[in-house]
Amino acid sequence: MLANAPEGGFTGYIQHHMKFWNLPHVGEGGFWSWSVHMDSILVSLVLGVLFSAWFWMKARKATPGVPGKGQAFVELVLEFVDGQVKDVFHGDRRVLGPLALTIFVWVFLMNFMDLLPVDLLPWIAEHTGASHFRAVPTADLNVTFAMSITVLVLVVFYSFKAKGAGGYMKELFTAPFGPWLAPFNILLNIVELLSKPVSLSMRLFGNMYAGEMVFMLIAGLFSAGSWLLYGFGILGYTAWGIFHILIISIQAFIFMVLTVVYISMAHDHH
Amino acid sequence: MEFNATLIGEMIAFAILIWFSVQFIWPHINNAIEERQKKIADGLAAAEKARAELKDADARVADEIKKARVQASEIIDKAQQQANQILDKARADAVTEINRQKAMAEEEIASMAERARVELREQVGSLAVKGAEKIVQREIDAGTHKALLDQLAAEI
Repeated sequence: MLANAPEGGFTGYIQHHMKFWNLPHVGEGGFWSWSVHMDSILVSLVLGVLFSAWFWMKARKATPGVPGKGQAFVELVLEFVDGQVKDVFHGDRRVLGPLALTIFVWVFLMNFMDLLPVDLLPWIAEHTGASHFRAVPTADLNVTFAMSITVLVLVVFYSFKAKGAGGYMKELFTAPFGPWLAPFNILLNIVELLSKPVSLSMRLFGNMYAGEMVFMLIAGLFSAGSWLLYGFGILGYTAWGIFHILIISIQAFIFMVLTVVYISMAHDHH
Repeated sequence: MEFNATLIGEMIAFAILIWFSVQFIWPHINNAIEERQKKIADGLAAAEKARAELKDADARVADEIKKARVQASEIIDKAQQQANQILDKARADAVTEINRQKAMAEEEIASMAERARVELREQVGSLAVKGAEKIVQREIDAGTHKALLDQLAAEI
């Protein structure tokens, strides 16, 4: 239906899909604007609440006796995450564990929006008044950077906590080349520190953005006007969808593991 | 690249989610899991203990059975001995009884033979008298010749 939109054909379809539901709408902004991507916020919040409510419900009724299937599943996820954290980090996991769990499940759920038919949420949004709608929050740099910057803040926080303000400052200026090369050290350390959130968020964003794009390109075949291409579209959509299940899981997993690795590195002394 | 207030909103949302997870989700589920792990560990230990106890009990039972067997064989031995004793005594009794009976029978036989001898003697006497009567064709006075006849009968 959107593919048949009169303005611009296939290119227009893609361009339409690439636009956020931006409020209050300001023109082509520069690097920063005070508007909000309503779609990203809406979807990510709904999924965040879904995750919290679901796990909270199970957590409230969690019994050490024979678990129900729902509790068993939640425990399975939690133990998987806990195992990953335990492998990397040998300390108190009371914060790092839940952090990793939140990242894993939330990112997975947000990535999962990619597996909904590309036109479904935009179509619903269009019929309820939104001009544009992008269903995958993790294909929005704002969302991925929001998470990775939060992780950076946690890394810095734990560095201070583990080494003390003096110890951390000393490390920033003296590692790895010793006190005589302090300027190089601080520069290197800042680059190292900043590379963490950038790589984290760019990796997730890139994968999800590309995945979304491929879905759209395949969806374009549906309106290409030939039954043969329509068939290819169905095959392609199915194949990419199945492959994408792997990608969204792996990306959620990588984000979680790298976060744990970064924070556990923050505890290490050089 | 277009950054906007979404970034800040998402950071806040993320922080709240983490806080919620730390506060309300992780501890409860983790406690349940750890408690269950402890329960399972306890159960396994109890099972191990029970197995050891069972082995102990088995050994005790085997011991008891062995003892019972020994006792039973002792009882059987004793019973056999007793039976033998009874048998021996019975045999001895029987022998005595037989001897007594035999003696009695012998005695009776002897007395009967004596009686028969006496009777026979008497009959022979009378027979001899009758024979003599026939021979002499006259009546011999049994009274006068009794002594003679008795002597004859005794000689026969």
